[in-house]
Amino acid sequence: MKENEKPEKGNQIIEEAAQAEYKYGFVTDIETEVIPKGLDEDVVRRISALKGEPEWLLEFRLKAYRHWLTLKAPTWGHVHVPEIDFQDISYYAAPRKKTAGEKKEIDPELKKTFDKLGIPLEEQLRLSGMAVDAVMDSVSVKTTYRERLAELGVIFCSMSEAVKDYPDLVRKYLGKVVPYTDNFYAALNSAVFSDGSFVYIPKGVRCPMELSTYFRINAAQTGQFERTLIVADDDAYVSYLEGCTAPMRDENQLHAAIVEIIVEDRAEVKYSTVQNWYPGDKDGKGGIYNLVTKRGLCRGDHSKLSWTQVETGSAITWKYPSCVLKGDHSVGEFYSVALTNNWQEADTGTKMIHLGKNSTSTIVSKGISAGHSQNSYRGMVKIAPKATGCRNFTQCDSLLLSDTSGAHTFPVIEVGNDTSVVEHEATTSKINEDQIFYCNQRGIATEDAVGLIVNGYAKEVMAKLPMEFAVEAQKLLSISLEGSVG
Amino acid sequence: MLVIKDLQASIEDKQILKGINLTVKPGEVHAIMGPNGSGKSTLSAVLTGNPAYTVTGGSVEFYGKDLLALSPEDRAHEGLFLSFQYPVEIPGVSMVNFMRTALNEKRKYFGQEPLSAADFLKLMREKRSIVQLDNKLASRAVNEGFSGGEKKRNEIFQMAMLEPKLSILDETDSGLDIDALRIVASGVNTLKSKDNATIVITHYQRLLDYIKPDFVHVLYKGRIVMSAGPELALELEEKGYDWIKEQVDSQQ
Repeated sequence: MKENEKPEKGNQIIEEAAQAEYKYGFVTDIETEVIPKGLDEDVVRRISALKGEPEWLLEFRLKAYRHWLTLKAPTWGHVHVPEIDFQDISYYAAPRKKTAGEKKEIDPELKKTFDKLGIPLEEQLRLSGMAVDAVMDSVSVKTTYRERLAELGVIFCSMSEAVKDYPDLVRKYLGKVVPYTDNFYAALNSAVFSDGSFVYIPKGVRCPMELSTYFRINAAQTGQFERTLIVADDDAYVSYLEGCTAPMRDENQLHAAIVEIIVEDRAEVKYSTVQNWYPGDKDGKGGIYNLVTKRGLCRGDHSKLSWTQVETGSAITWKYPSCVLKGDHSVGEFYSVALTNNWQEADTGTKMIHLGKNSTSTIVSKGISAGHSQNSYRGMVKIAPKATGCRNFTQCDSLLLSDTSGAHTFPVIEVGNDTSVVEHEATTSKINEDQIFYCNQRGIATEDAVGLIVNGYAKEVMAKLPMEFAVEAQKLLSISLEGSVG
Repeated sequence: MLVIKDLQASIEDKQILKGINLTVKPGEVHAIMGPNGSGKSTLSAVLTGNPAYTVTGGSVEFYGKDLLALSPEDRAHEGLFLSFQYPVEIPGVSMVNFMRTALNEKRKYFGQEPLSAADFLKLMREKRSIVQLDNKLASRAVNEGFSGGEKKRNEIFQMAMLEPKLSILDETDSGLDIDALRIVASGVNTLKSKDNATIVITHYQRLLDYIKPDFVHVLYKGRIVMSAGPELALELEEKGYDWIKEQVDSQQ
C-alpha cells in the first residue's frame, strides 16, 4: 500500500501549497539568555566558560578567533553579501533553563514550538522511527532516543554534551575535516560555535533509525553557529537528516555552521538537508544569510558519503557540501535541488576531491530560479595524479521560471591522470507553456501545474531523500513557488 | 450541449477563425475535416481556452454557460476534453500522480471528497484496459518516452478517466499504424453514450471508418463551408478538397 499512498500525499501537498506563505515565521515567547552583542576574546572565553568547556577547546576557539581576525570575507561567490557588522551580532542565545531540578523537563513553550514544526520530541512517538536533536538558537534542547541508541553503542547527543561525556572522541575529530583555517566563516564558527550535534557510530553498527537535527533561530539579532560532527567507524552506516526554520524578521540574520563527517573503511553516511530558513519577503527584506561549510572525509577504503540537499530558504545561500575521497574505491555523491524565488541568491554546489584510487563520484544538481532570484551552481571535480581509475559523472540542470531570474554554472574540472574519466552534462530549460496548458486542459490550475512540473523536474534528487523528508520537501518546493507564476 | 455562434479568433494578430457556427447535441459525433491551415486545430485550442489564441468575436455556450468566460481548467471540469494532436511530455511526473491530481481537482470543483488511493488505482486499472495501455506505461512519467501510438492511447485513457461530456479528438489518427488506430477507435466507441458527444478533427476518412460520424463539416479559411452526413467524408476521400476550395474561392 505504500505505493498507493504517494499520490494522495502529492495532492495534499499541492492543496496546502495553494494556501501557505512562510508558515514557520512565528516567534516563540520564551525567556532567552543572550550575551551582549559584540565579539572579542572575552566573548569567546565567555561562551566557552558558559558551556564549562575544557582548556583545549578554549585554546582551539582562541586560535580560530585570532586567525579569523586576519581574514576577509570571501567575495568570489555569485551572491551579494552586504558587509556584516560582526560587532552587531549576539554570539550566544539560549532558552533560559528554569531551575536545576527541572532540568530534565522541556519548557512547554519550547515544546509547543517544536510541535508546530512537527518534530517528535517525545519519546512516546517512537513509532515515527526518528531520533531528533533539536537546536533552538544556540543550544541543543533535547535529544530523543539517546538511551535506546546507547544500547547499540551509537552516540547521538548535543556537541556540548559530547565535549563533556566523550572529550577524547571530540578532540580526535573536531576540526580535522574543516580546519579553522579553511575559510572566513569556518574560522568564525570555530571561535564562537555554540552547539550542534555529535554522532558516533561504532564499528559494524548499522544505525537502525534516521538521526535528525532540527535547527531553529528564534531570538532576534543573534547569529547561529552550530557545529555538527559525524563519525562512522569501520562498516558502520547512518542516515542523518537536517532541517531548519526561522521566524520572519525584517533584519537579516547570520547562520554560519560547520558540518564535518568522517567515514572509515566500508562505512556509509547519508546526509540529507531540507533547508527552509526564512528567505526574506517579496521585496527581499529580511531573511537568513546561510554561509555554511560542509565537508566529509571518506577516509576508509570503500567508504561512501552521500549528500542530498533541498534548498528553498535563506536570503543568501553559500554552501558546498563536499567529499574528500581519500580511500581507494571510495564513493562520493551530491544530489541537490536549489530553488530561489523573489530576491533570493544561492551559490551552491560541491567539491569532489579524488585522492584514492578508483574512487567515484556523482553530482546531480537541479537549480530552479523564479522571480528576480539568482541561482548558481559552483562545482569542482579534482582528480589527483596518483588517484588512477577514478570516475565522475556530473549533471547540472537549470530551470528558469521567469525572465528576470538568472541561472549560472561555474564548473571546474582538474584531472591529474589519464586513466580517470570525467563526464559533465548541463542543460538549461524553461517551463514550457504547452506543458502548463496540457495540465490546465486536464483540470489542473496553473500554479498547481507549475508545482507538479517542478517536482517532476526535481524528482531524481527527491527520490534520494528519506520518505518523511521527501514529502516535506515536495511541499516546500510548491510553497516556495507561491506567486511566481504570472 | 455546445452552441458556437460566429466564433472568431486570432493568433499574434493573424485572424484564423472567421465566424464558426456549430451546434452539438448529446449523443452526436461530428467530424471536422479540411485542408491544412484551415483552422481545425485552432478551433479545438480556442474551445479549450489555450491562452496563445485571442477570441475576437462570437460566443460559445456549453450547457447554457458562457464557455469563453471560464478558465481552461474550469472548462475541463465542466466536461470538455481535448485529445491533443501532439501530447506533451512532462518529465518526472508519473501518470498516476498526474491523473490523480486531475481527477481530484475535478471532484473538488463539484464539492466531492478526493478519491481514496485504493479506489483510484482500481479505476485506473479499469480504464487502462479500454485502450490496452500497459501498466508500465501508467507508472511512467506523463508521455515521457512513449511512442506515437502510446501517446494517443494515453490520451484516450485520460478521456476514459475524466469521463467528459464533450471530447475533441484533434488528429488522433495522425502517426498511428492500423492496429493502434483500431485500439484507439474502439476505445472511443466504448466510451460513447447517448449523453456525451465527440468532435473528431481529421484529414482523412480512415479514422471515420472506425468512429462513425453523424455529421461531417468542412472547414476552410476559418469557416465551415459545407456540412452533410457521413457520405461527405467518403466523397472527400475520393475527390480531395480542391473542388470545395474552388467553389468557395469563386464565391468570394
